Amino acid sequence: MSLNIIVLAKQVPDTRNVGKDAMKEDGTVNRAALPAIFNPEDLNALEQALRLKDENPGSTVTLLTMGPARAAEIIREGLFRGADGGYLLTDRAFAGADTLATSYALSMAIRKIKDYDIVICGRQAIDGDTAQVGPQVAEKLGIPQVTYAENIRCIGSGTIEVRRRLERGVETVQTALPALVTVNGSAPACRPRNARLLQKYKHARTASERKTAPAAYDYLADSRLYLTIAEWSAAGVEANTALCGLSGSPTKVKKIENVVFRAKESKALSAADADIDELMKELILNHTIG
Amino acid sequence: MANYYLDTPHYKYHLQHPLMRRIVELKERNFADRDAYDYAPVDFDDAMDSYDRVLETVGEICAEIIAPNAESVDHDGPTLANGHVTYASGTQINLDAIRKAGLMGMAMPRRYNGLNFPVVPYIMAADMVSRADAGFENIWGLQDCAETLYEFGNADQHARYIPRVCNGETMSMDLTEPDAGSDLQAVMLKATLDDADGSWRLNGVKRFITNGDSDIHLVLARSEEGTKDGRGLSMFIYDKRNGGVTVRRIENKLGIKGSPTCELVFRNAKAELCGERRLGLIKYVMALMNGARLGIMAQAVGLCEAAYWEGWKYARERKQFGRAIIEFPAVYEMVAMMRARADASRAILYETARFVDVYKALEDISRERKLTPEERTEQKKYSKLADAFTPLGKAMTTEYANANAYDSIQIHGGSGFMKDYACERIYRDARITNIYEGTTQLQVVAAIRHVTTGTYLAQIREYDALSCKPELEHLRSALQDMTAIYEAMVDRILLARNSELLDFHARRLVESAGRCIMGYLLLQQAGDSDIFRRSAEVYVAMGRAAISSAQTFIEGFAPEDLEQYRP
Repeated sequence: MSLNIIVLAKQVPDTRNVGKDAMKEDGTVNRAALPAIFNPEDLNALEQALRLKDENPGSTVTLLTMGPARAAEIIREGLFRGADGGYLLTDRAFAGADTLATSYALSMAIRKIKDYDIVICGRQAIDGDTAQVGPQVAEKLGIPQVTYAENIRCIGSGTIEVRRRLERGVETVQTALPALVTVNGSAPACRPRNARLLQKYKHARTASERKTAPAAYDYLADSRLYLTIAEWSAAGVEANTALCGLSGSPTKVKKIENVVFRAKESKALSAADADIDELMKELILNHTIG
Repeated sequence: MANYYLDTPHYKYHLQHPLMRRIVELKERNFADRDAYDYAPVDFDDAMDSYDRVLETVGEICAEIIAPNAESVDHDGPTLANGHVTYASGTQINLDAIRKAGLMGMAMPRRYNGLNFPVVPYIMAADMVSRADAGFENIWGLQDCAETLYEFGNADQHARYIPRVCNGETMSMDLTEPDAGSDLQAVMLKATLDDADGSWRLNGVKRFITNGDSDIHLVLARSEEGTKDGRGLSMFIYDKRNGGVTVRRIENKLGIKGSPTCELVFRNAKAELCGERRLGLIKYVMALMNGARLGIMAQAVGLCEAAYWEGWKYARERKQFGRAIIEFPAVYEMVAMMRARADASRAILYETARFVDVYKALEDISRERKLTPEERTEQKKYSKLADAFTPLGKAMTTEYANANAYDSIQIHGGSGFMKDYACERIYRDARITNIYEGTTQLQVVAAIRHVTTGTYLAQIREYDALSCKPELEHLRSALQDMTAIYEAMVDRILLARNSELLDFHARRLVESAGRCIMGYLLLQQAGDSDIFRRSAEVYVAMGRAAISSAQTFIEGFAPEDLEQYRP
């Protein structure tokens, strides 16, 4: 069956390769010092969405991101890799949102998109590491949620089968659609940008981007509607601003401590060369060694 | 994210060459595709921006996917079962990434779902892919065969085959046989016309076929019974979907182990004629080989770069006698020479690619309309230059790839001899580049007539006429001296009117031309950008010494001395 898939993605500071100026005096992240990237597990989520689309012809993948104007970059990145369209949820009213306010805003935008079968997002973002937004969005939409997914398969009308990566093993579950799935970093990496899509969408911009920084090829958007990335404000998604941003965020940072990780997640490995190889690659990739 | 395109500014420099304006103009024909294809550029800047962005993606795929797989691909290699090849798992991952990124059929027209990229950005991608894994470049680079299919196949064949290549199917060119290597006129694979359905049937054996289990093959076969030379050979297209070809063995090679080199058995394999009968070798394969040689140059440049990086990194990390070994003159000389060889190789690679671009684009236009007299002159000029630079560049760059790989191991010392470092793989991979698609000795055979007829000298004079910054004047002066020595050597040999003597010294003369040309190219580049300054100095100093050495040898050599060498 064809599916309408929404992918939630976040632009985050790249905290994986931090220098000494990565944190400010007050213990908050120094966003200016770190490059803004596509949250890694959201890329895994996008890949799952694109695979579902490949396997179910006629499906569409729509990206949804909340953030400042420059977060339009996330939508473009998604378009380059195979998404069909996207929305940038942007408004001063959304600023300073904790997970509750974020999930509220996102759920209102999803309601506005309306026709969806599945919402897919990364397990967590590397700047907050809460893993709360996905589940909260599911709760607000009143749909089932499956977390820690490594693989999503559509098995007949209105049902998906999800393989979950848990601490001590793998669990396969089924759920009816619509549903929300959060995807683990252990899921397949996202496919690269596609040369044709890159050329097709490279001039895609939001109306505000065109207004604040006009560019030579903006005129193309007049005849090519796909070059305009839609922006939604709080009012645009009929959100109650009292529940958005700082005012909708009960979370307050009380104190920040430096801690040393002892253990995070477990992984069973066999003594096979392939497994050891895999582990080496992973440790190099996340800068544990090398 | 690691990215080859971004970590080495040299690529962007070569992409921005002034001749690109003409190349894009010819390739895009008033940007006529802009309304029909949503990914077509609307003007020159837009086209250049597209190349730049796509190459950035290529750089990322190379550094993040292909390079990390190179070691396991080299170790595992392809396997053979039931007459067919299974790629190493790393190769499959690479191919999947390349296909998803839409990097097959890069140079093919958009109407076949290609990217319509000029040769320069396509070759730049090949340069980076080779730097990541030279063996994988063979599998990916064989998309070049689509160019031959495009040039010589008919419209129906274009429509049936080229979109498949653009969508990710692989190709191979089946030329070599057990008794026909450098001498392809001896090809025996038999093609017979099947009267029942008008198709051709192929029977026989091919050997050393790179990616021999590909989806679409171009096959050189003897269609004219009773003939013995090249004029009895035609080119055929074999589609794997039709069956009839099995892989008998995969060669166990010194290097490029991820690329399956196959022995193929054709048993009544159904095939179709590509182009006209009897032109297989004398026209089509010659064109195919020229494209393939440019591809091998790119492979050599990628290897030069890879060898340099491995050597440079190790020389900075390794400490002996209380210092990083790069601090020692004996080591830093090697590192500087490696950089100079890589830069000089890249200089001639892109110069050649531009020549090919201009003449091929004009040739393509000539299929649709008559060229104007000016265009015909332009095409002739660049076609001749491409013809002269391709064998010269292939000879020079592939030898330099070997030299860089050699030095890279030397810098690593004992560690470089172990399997623990990439330099040993690069060394093994580089070794084939100066052998296949024509050995260096055969490149010299193709290049020597441009020494004797003065093509190289005329081009050197053009380079010399270009303006040069005052602070680089000493380099120009050195290059002028080198050119004078080159001319004197050529005159001396020609005056002897002894063809054996000319053949004997041919390599020295061709290499001397190469040193002058590559020196001049680096001189220009150093004038544009400081990143080439040191390489220009180092390369010209090295070239001057090498030319003096050739001169000493030639001047002290009497025709009778050949006797000491003859078998």
